[in-house]
Formats: sequence, structure tokens, C-alpha cells
Amino acid sequence: MLQLKGVGKVVGGVDHIMDVSMTLEAGSLNVLLGPTLSGKTTLMRLMAGLDKPTSGRILANGKDVTGHSVRKRDVAMVYQQFINYPALTVYENIASPLRIARLGQDEIDRKVKKAADLLKLSPYLDRTPLNLSGGQQQRTALARALVKGAHLVLMDEPLANLDYKLREELRAELPKIFAESGAVFVYATTEPSEALLLGGKTATLHEGRVSQFGPTLDVYKRPNTLITAQTFSDPPMNTLSIVKKGDVLELPNGTQIPVADNEKRLVDGPYIAGFRPHHLHLSKRTDHHFGLKGMVQVSEITGSESFIHVDCVGETWVALAHGIRNIEVDDEIEVFLDPRNFLVFETNGRLATLDMPVEA
Amino acid sequence: MSVVTEPQQSARSTGALPQGRVTGQSRLHLEKAKRPISERFTFLVPTLYIIFLMLPIYWLFNMSLKTNQEILSGFSLWPTNPTLANYMVIFTDPSWYSGYINSITYVVLNTVISVAVALPAAYAFSRYRFLGDKHLFFWLLTNRMAPPAVFALPFFQLYSSFGLIDTHIAVALAHCLFNVPLAVWILEGFMSGVPKEIDETAYIDGYSFPKFFVKIFMPLIASGIGVAAFFCFMFSWVELLIARTLTTTDAKPIAATMTRTVSASGLDWGVLAAAGVLTIIPGALVIWFVRNYIAKGFALGRV
Repeated sequence: MLQLKGVGKVVGGVDHIMDVSMTLEAGSLNVLLGPTLSGKTTLMRLMAGLDKPTSGRILANGKDVTGHSVRKRDVAMVYQQFINYPALTVYENIASPLRIARLGQDEIDRKVKKAADLLKLSPYLDRTPLNLSGGQQQRTALARALVKGAHLVLMDEPLANLDYKLREELRAELPKIFAESGAVFVYATTEPSEALLLGGKTATLHEGRVSQFGPTLDVYKRPNTLITAQTFSDPPMNTLSIVKKGDVLELPNGTQIPVADNEKRLVDGPYIAGFRPHHLHLSKRTDHHFGLKGMVQVSEITGSESFIHVDCVGETWVALAHGIRNIEVDDEIEVFLDPRNFLVFETNGRLATLDMPVEA
Repeated sequence: MSVVTEPQQSARSTGALPQGRVTGQSRLHLEKAKRPISERFTFLVPTLYIIFLMLPIYWLFNMSLKTNQEILSGFSLWPTNPTLANYMVIFTDPSWYSGYINSITYVVLNTVISVAVALPAAYAFSRYRFLGDKHLFFWLLTNRMAPPAVFALPFFQLYSSFGLIDTHIAVALAHCLFNVPLAVWILEGFMSGVPKEIDETAYIDGYSFPKFFVKIFMPLIASGIGVAAFFCFMFSWVELLIARTLTTTDAKPIAATMTRTVSASGLDWGVLAAAGVLTIIPGALVIWFVRNYIAKGFALGRV
């Protein structure tokens, strides 16, 4: 178990991490989600004890370890860059934490072989890391972290520098491999989809603050602030200024649409509606959908999906459409959205609705 | 990882060179009719350059195999009666061969001290930020900018008061003045090429600093240590002024011996030439062993 209590870090007068408090349970998988510069790496380094927090306390299994040297902490860490000891063989790389712990040769041999099997490194044990492919190098680093059996395993975007296929493969394996150890597993990523695929719990980071921490699906479905919602959405969440007037919502262009059931409770006034790109359609799906005219800015095709950037009522939205759509820039198209999919935020960014539709 | 991928990159770039030449030749093939003469004599400039470069060395070698009489009697491109007598003089006369022993002793001492001192200093400069670190780093380099003659007098006075005159360690320490900054400068470049995450991973694994430094870090910068040691060796080997000022007989370097060989019978040309040839050899040997590392050092922009 790892507890952070009001942890902050100031570097050169600039706040890199501000007032982070969270409890990471033993045997849990925790995702740190945030864009670059949001403070994921800094927070991880504080958790590991590589850096000392400027304020706050860090407790490992109830013991205060704030400012303890990383050598005395029971942690393992894997970086985004493939960090191994280039002068040692893969075997010695994996064995290195065990050699320092002065384990017997038999036990080292057994553990290294086991980890190498698990990470498919057995044929390469005699090579040096530089004679391996990128994926194998990172697997060596993972094996070294695994073999140590630390109580806190930190992974800082470990799969970011790998190619697509390897990333898929390792992402599926990683949680399983480390789940057995009962360690606190922390995984930093910039990709919302990666957080969803990993499951567990997610902490969204924004400018050095943890904006929300909870079970991944909960955070995704019910972000408590607009910032969390935007962090946990790729492409970013679309927003729309609305004013609730009784049973209708008024859009900036004067259009009035009926209020959905879950929004009836809100008091009248201005709100910000957020909706995800896959809820912005190019055709009318249900009776609840209403259409808005917009101008196409960009059309990106990824293969199975197309991202269409549309200028609509003064905002730029992204619509996710299945298949390849041939839509020219500057075309005028009609987009459809359903108020039932809205996440309604107060103008200060706090979530206004509490009962959200499940498919949000 | 950048330092570690360096050899591969440089290997690739040197590997690319001949290919470039091949395409150049095939183009030459097509344009043969246009520019035959200028292309055909491209070998001329490098050949002339090498001839001019090697001429004094050849002449030295040539002289070392002649007798004094032959050297003074006339001009010949090669020795008419080759003799090894000059070399025999050097290998049998203690006043000659002790010069080599003295030189090598203080040069090796100096190289060891310089690298040993520079390693932790360079690590600090590459890994830590501290007050005035950049100024200090630059100031180290300015030590190389003063001519050794400036320091000859203060060194002589200082070492005499400590009773260190005419000892190997005196010269070795004095040469640290310009070799330590150089070694720090070179090693810092190599160390900065090693990602800091390797240090951290080692600490996370539980390595103590000395163990990490010796077992993990030094192998990574082995080529840097080689380059630094080479330059220390070279500069200490060729330095004459301070070495001569601080020694009289017991630690007299070979270069000093060579400048004091005017005997009653005049100048001993042949022996002097043989001594010159033997003085070139250690430097040439060291260059031969570290030639690949030096290329890497140049690639890192610190040599």
C-alpha cells in the first residue's frame, strides 16, 4: 500500500506537482493518465523516492518513507526509454537486483529463467541489450522489474516507444504478469484508450494536480470536472455552451431543444455540455437527435474510422464516424447530437448532473 | 542510450563512405569523356601530403642507421652501410635508457592520477547542477590556455620547498595542471551521453554509488576513459619545459637528455637520431591502440 498525503513538488519556483493525496492499494493496478507535462513522471519519481517532495508525506505500508533514499525503498521502475545496462548480458541485467540482494546462485538462476520465460527472452539471455530489438530491450527492463518482486512497481509509459503490435501484446500481458506479485502497480500513460484497456483505477492528472482518482470506468463515465473529462477523452471532448430555461436548453445560435430526463433536475442557468466525439453523428439516429449545420475544417481517415472536425455554433467539434468518409474541407454538413449523451458541467467546470446514462 | 548507439552510427557512416565513392565512380564512368585528367590525378594531392609528412620522420630514421661520419660526409637517400650501433649505444648506456624509463614513469603516473581525479569531477559536472558549475567548468579549461612557461618558476620554487625536485611524482603532479582539465572536459562529454535513467535504475536496483560507478558506469564510458588517457599520455610525453625544470638527473626525461648531448667530440648525430626514433614509438603505439576511440571522441565533439 502506498499513500500520498498532500504531496507537492516545486522545481525552480514552478509548481510541478500540487497537493496530491491518494491511496494505492496493494495488488491494485493504478493508471496515471494525463497529457505530456501534466506531471506523471514527476509524480512517479516522487512515489519511487528518486526525488524528494517539497511538501507532504509519502507512506509505504504505513511507514513514512518521505525523503528515504531510493536504494532503501522497495521499488522497481521501468522507463519509456529502454534502460538497461549495456555492458551486461540480458541474463546479468535481469539478475542485477538479485545479485545486489545477495541471493544464492541457484535461486537467481531459477528466478531469472522464470522471468525470461514469461517475457519470451529465454533465447537471448547471452546477448547484450544492444543486440536486441526495441521490444526485447523493453522486455528485459520489464523482466528486471518483475524479478525484483518489489512492493511498488512503477511504469512510465513503458510501451510508448514500441510498435503497435508489440504494444498490444505487452499491454495485455503486463497486468497479468504483475497481478500475481501483489504489488502496487502504477502505470503512466498519455492515452485514454490505454487506461480503459488496462482497467483498474485511474488518476487523471492536469497541470500537476490529480483531478480525479477512482475506478477507471467510473472516472470515464462520470468525470467530476470538465478537465477530467477532457483529459480522459481522445480526441478531446467537444463542448457546447447551453442555457437551461425550464424544459428547454438554448444553444448559442438560439435553437431550443427539449431537456433530456436526466437534466430536468438542474436549476435554470448557463451550463457547459460535453459530449464525446463518438456521440456526434453524421446522420439522425433516433428521435432524440437534433441536427446542427456546420462547416468541415479537417477530415482525418485512420482506416476503420474517420475524424471529422466541424465548426459548429462557434465551437470546433470532432465527430467520429465509422468507415472511410469522403468529406471535403469547407463542405457544409449537418451533424446530430443527443442531449441524453451530454455531460453537463457548471460554468466553473464541475459536473452538474449526477445520474448519467450508462453509455456515456 | 545515445553514447551506446554511437559506435553503430559511426560504423554506419564510415560504411556509407565507400558506397558514396562507388556511386561517384559510376558517375565518373558516365562522364569520362568530359573530365578525364582532373579525375585521374586525384591521388596526387594526398600522396604529396603524405610524402611531405613522412619525410622528416624518414630522414630521422635514415640518420639513425648511419654513422656520424656518413651523416656529415655527404648526401644519401638511404644508408650505404646500415648500422645498429647508434641503437646499441642507447640500449646499453644508462644515461640514455634511464631517460626513457624516467619519461615513461612520470607519464604513466600522470595519466593514472589525471584520469582518477577527472572521473569523479566529470561525473559531478555531468550529473549535478551546483552554484557556478558552468563557470568552474570553463575555468578548468582556461588552465590549458596559459603556456607552461608561466608555471615553470612557481612550480620550481614550490617543489623545491617541498623537496620534490628531481622526482617522478613532481613532474607527474605538475603535468596534472593541464591534463586534469582536459580529462574532465573529455570525460564529461562521454558521461553526458549516458542517460541519467541508467544511474537511477541502478540505484533502484540497490547498487551503492561506488559499485554502480565501477560495475555499470565505467564500462559505458570505457572509450571516453581511453581517449582521456591517451591525451594525458600524449601531452605529458611531449611536454619538455616543466619536465626539464623540475628534474636534474634522477628523473631526467628523454627529451631533456636529447637536448644535452653536445659532447666534447661535437654533436653525436646518429645517436641523437636513434633516440628520436625511439621517442616517437611509444606515442605511435598508444595512438594505434586508441585510434577507434579517438574517432568516437571526435564524433562526440569533445576532443
